[in-house]
Formats: sequence, C-alpha cells, structure tokens
Amino acid sequence: MIEFLTQPWPWYFGGAVISIVLFLLLWTGKNFGMSSNLRTLCSMMGGGKKASLFQFDWRTQQWNLMVALGVIVGGFVASNYIANDSAVAISQKTIDQLVAMGIEDAGKSFAPKMLFSHSAFTDFNSLMILVMGGFLVGFGARYAGGCTSGHAISGLSNLQLPSLIAVVGFFIGGLFVNHFILPLLF
Amino acid sequence: MKTVVFFSIGVLFGITLYMSEVSSWFRIYEMFQFDSFHMYGVIGSALFFGSLIIFFIKKLKIKSILEGTPITIAEKEKGWKRYLLGGVIFGCGWALSGACPGPMFSLLGAGFFPIIIVIISATFGTFIYGLVQSKLPH
Repeated sequence: MIEFLTQPWPWYFGGAVISIVLFLLLWTGKNFGMSSNLRTLCSMMGGGKKASLFQFDWRTQQWNLMVALGVIVGGFVASNYIANDSAVAISQKTIDQLVAMGIEDAGKSFAPKMLFSHSAFTDFNSLMILVMGGFLVGFGARYAGGCTSGHAISGLSNLQLPSLIAVVGFFIGGLFVNHFILPLLF
Repeated sequence: MKTVVFFSIGVLFGITLYMSEVSSWFRIYEMFQFDSFHMYGVIGSALFFGSLIIFFIKKLKIKSILEGTPITIAEKEKGWKRYLLGGVIFGCGWALSGACPGPMFSLLGAGFFPIIIVIISATFGTFIYGLVQSKLPH
C-alpha cells in the first residue's frame, strides 16, 4: 500500500481520486473550478472598480481560496513526504525529442529546469514562456468560463455541450503551440 | 470547521496532481504529442467516475452535506463562440506553461518557484479579460 502510494500514481488511480475531489466539492454544496480563484484574486485586489466581472463579494468565494491553499500544501506534502522519486517516466520518443530541443533533463526530473528552476527568473526566453503561458491560461479560462477542472472534468462529467466545445478548443490551441510554436522557442 | 473541510479537499487534490504527474510540464508536452496514454487515462478515468457520480447524485437526489439542499450543477449558458475561442486561448497557454490553474498551485507548494510568474500573469490575464469582456464575441 505505502509502496503503491509513494510511486507515481497510475492514471486510473489519479483519475479516480480526482473524481472523489469532484464528489466532495459537490457534496459540500460547491463546485469544482480552480480558475475561479484567479477571478476572486482580481476582486480582492479591487478589480471591481475597473470591470463588472470582479464586482462580487469575494468573501463568498473564501471556500475556494481554501481549496487552492490546500492544493499548495498538497503539492508540498507530496513532493517532500510522499514521492520517493521526482523523475517523470515520459515516453522515450518524447525524451529524445526534448533532449534534441535542448531540454536535457527530460525523463530525469519532474519539470524542466529551464522553466522551473531559479535560473528561469533571469533567462529572457524562459520568462517569456512563463509570462505568455500564464497570461493566456488566465485570459482563456475566464473567456471560456472554466479551465480543465470546470470544463474537462466537471462539465464533461455532467454531459454539457459547452464544455465539450471548450475542451476541443483546449486541444486546438494546445496542439498548435506544442507542434508549431514550442520548437521555435527552445 | 468548513474552512478545514475545504482546505483538506484541496490537500487531497494537490497531492493527487503531483503524484499522478498531472502537474508535470513533461506530461502535458507528451499529451500534446500523443506519445503516451497517461494524461488521457487520468482525464478519462476522472470523467468515467465523475459521470457515474453525477448520474447517481441526480438519480438519488443526494443533498449537500453542509447546506442540506439538493445538489445542483449549474448549466453553462448556451452558445459556442466563447467556449471555442476561450478554449483555444487557454490551450495555447496550457501548452506553453504546462500548467492549468490547479497544477499551478500544486507546483508552487512543491517548490518550483518560477510558477509564481505563471500565477501572477494568469491573474493579470483574468483581469485583462474582465476589461475587454464586453468587446469580445461570446
């Protein structure tokens, strides 16, 4: 059991626990949507003065901020006290491709050092990828009315057509950048 | 009490995102290359169990444990433009940063500190959407 839990979790186990998270949030009378926290942050910082999207009482969303805080702590606990190896066993084809692009820690670390180690703070290329990536995720999630948790998991589980359209959009955008833009950036 | 409940749900989610490697930039890259079943398996099995859960919530009219009211799942408004256009923009960002909003927080806790740049710019992106919302097709 301990052995199973400290190894990278197989897809069916990860997926099952995510559905439990969905159930717990519905059972407590809430919903599953992580990107809503970004909107709440905008509201907390006075965004309501600039746009109606942020004119709501952010205190009603405190529960979701607590979920987000929990996710931060969960990441800390998992990386420090549960996982016994941080290498991600991606496919050899992906490893070869990434190494050829100059990402030499592919298959050896959890996230590429180029983007997620301290050197990223001072590397123009890395900064640009992180800033653009974050901006598009935040802008797109609110435009689409949800992110992976809201659309791909809870929306599709509820058989909602808008969520299917959004997820198709996620893949159109993701495939385009992955195949045509990333090779130019590395 | 409620605070502890939501915090704990978050901890479970954060651990899951890390342990199932959904937070890994590499896994997202690999997913868009169709080089592994892993991410499709995670999302697919979450969907499989999730749709069963929602089916039974509706069938058995399960009430929420904190409020005692029947569980309702808000329908999304009709239309397609905002979902497709917003989805494409989101997908572009997902492929670049390798992190959607849940994994961003999980990565921060796991000590990958440059993710703070992603979180700040995602919040800024949300803010800019709020400013131009009325000018965009929905």
